[in-house]
Amino acid sequence: MPKLVTAAQFADPDAAYRALADARRNLSDAAAAELDARLVLILANHIGDLDVVREAIVLAKASRDGR
Amino acid sequence: MRQAIYRYDYRRSGDQDARAVVRHPVVVVGAGPVGLAAAIDLALRRVPVVLLDDADRIGEGSRGICWSKRTLEILDRLGVGERLLAHGVTWKLGKVFCGDELLFSFDLLPEEGHKMPAFINLQQFYLEKALVDRALEIDGLDLRWKNRVVGLEWRNDGARLTIETPQGRYRLDADWLIAADGARSTIRGLLGLDFAGVTFEDKFLIADVRMAADFPTERRFWFAPTFHSGQSALMHRQPDDVWRIDLQLGPDADPEAEQEPRRVRARLDKVLAPHAYELEWVSIYTFNCRRLDHFVHGRVIFVGDSAHQVSPFGARGANSGIQDAENLAWKLTAVLAGDGGAALIASYDLERVQAADENIGHSTRSTDFMSPHSGAERRLRDAVLALAPKAEFARRMVNSGRLSLPTVYDSPLSTPDEAPFAGAAKLGAPVPDAPLMRPDGTATHLLENLRHGFELIRVTDGGKGAARPDGVDGMALTVIGADFFDHNGIFTQRFDATPGATYLVRPDQHLCARWRRFDPVAAARAHRRALQR
Repeated sequence: MPKLVTAAQFADPDAAYRALADARRNLSDAAAAELDARLVLILANHIGDLDVVREAIVLAKASRDGR
Repeated sequence: MRQAIYRYDYRRSGDQDARAVVRHPVVVVGAGPVGLAAAIDLALRRVPVVLLDDADRIGEGSRGICWSKRTLEILDRLGVGERLLAHGVTWKLGKVFCGDELLFSFDLLPEEGHKMPAFINLQQFYLEKALVDRALEIDGLDLRWKNRVVGLEWRNDGARLTIETPQGRYRLDADWLIAADGARSTIRGLLGLDFAGVTFEDKFLIADVRMAADFPTERRFWFAPTFHSGQSALMHRQPDDVWRIDLQLGPDADPEAEQEPRRVRARLDKVLAPHAYELEWVSIYTFNCRRLDHFVHGRVIFVGDSAHQVSPFGARGANSGIQDAENLAWKLTAVLAGDGGAALIASYDLERVQAADENIGHSTRSTDFMSPHSGAERRLRDAVLALAPKAEFARRMVNSGRLSLPTVYDSPLSTPDEAPFAGAAKLGAPVPDAPLMRPDGTATHLLENLRHGFELIRVTDGGKGAARPDGVDGMALTVIGADFFDHNGIFTQRFDATPGATYLVRPDQHLCARWRRFDPVAAARAHRRALQR
């Protein structure tokens, strides 16, 4: 039984996207990648459930060539 | 390519031969959709209007094609809605693709019971033609072509204009001047007002082509389609077998070279093959999101693109301008008649600045998503697109332009609710439309029965109170259950109506007060508040 929620949870998805985009405005690729690594750690700890984190890793990897 | 299609004659005005400078209550500068809507609305409210335009034709230049439901409702009140609806292409389905794969589709108006659809597509010159025809029918609307404003003297009680015509210059005094003269506003320049904001570097090719094709009537948007690699593309249907194609070219595109027909055709062939097509119109664009700090400067009031500019994704340019015009027309009428307080004009600034900020916010987000500012932002955007087929949350973040909905005004003109109301009707927003039945059994809609004044709408309370209470402040009173019948319950649902419930609607069809019971004292107080007197 999957535990990862992929249904939209933000009331205003555009605002959520904007916050994440704004965080990297004017950052170099390397600086943005470092920011993302810190964000992943912070958010993974907030989730606090390794099963969910593992499911998220699988989804992210499966979407890598999704375009 | 298409040339000017409607020409009008310059005619000498008596004002040009008057000994003293002639004074008019309202002069509108700019006979585009916004200036025409403002002038017609004022003239229908019996305010004499002079409408000046520096050209003598319509049908050239950059043009809007998508007219939203709220705009159509306004234009219906002005007397051209049904004509536009019959002429335009009605659509409500949008599809968003990534590469050649469909990410999702959306239905803009999934519910019945509205006279007007979510959108029609219609070339702007047809809309302008309909408005000019309407303007020429109305007494008290004096439309002057080839009248270019070249000077403006700013006064406490109005403005003095210097106007250039083919027969020389003349002057005109206006109690109120409405500047509807577009993004490159002369009036704004003459007042030296700052027009600051964000310019997006990406260039876009916009082409209208004529072709016989059986593509469906829907808005199609592609992120990174195979026919236009790495960029976005948009396709939209207009009347006369004309299609709008919009291609993102990136920041480094050369506007001159990109407009060469051979180059344009090379790009369009990839989109449209194997269909044969003719080029109607081509232009290269960059977009701005910006606005004036204030739209009211003494007796000079800015409406439409002269006051604010957005990118075209989301149809918020001309549509919001027409909503500016409708917001202003009744307020100016009330102030000129002495019914409204001076603060009513300030409320135009307050309400329409709120709307402009909302539109600029949405438009900026859409443009940022389509055209990321840096590699780091592009990677975030591409991550959303990559996750979108598998995760709903990501689909909801995909932004190719959000539907333009009228702003819910957080306004001093509204009387706060005493009792809670559910339903689609919101205080400060245009009232939702609803199908109604007349006593003779014929069908109508709520909005076509709300005309130019304040209106009280009351629901019968089954005989407990008077079916038709005495009037309040001369406002029109419509009784649901006597004048009209809510035969299928849609009005009741959208207004959360209970027996005796009463609604006060502004002349621009916005809800400004409501009560569970009819109370003439409360209604009169809310009316005075909405007029700021």
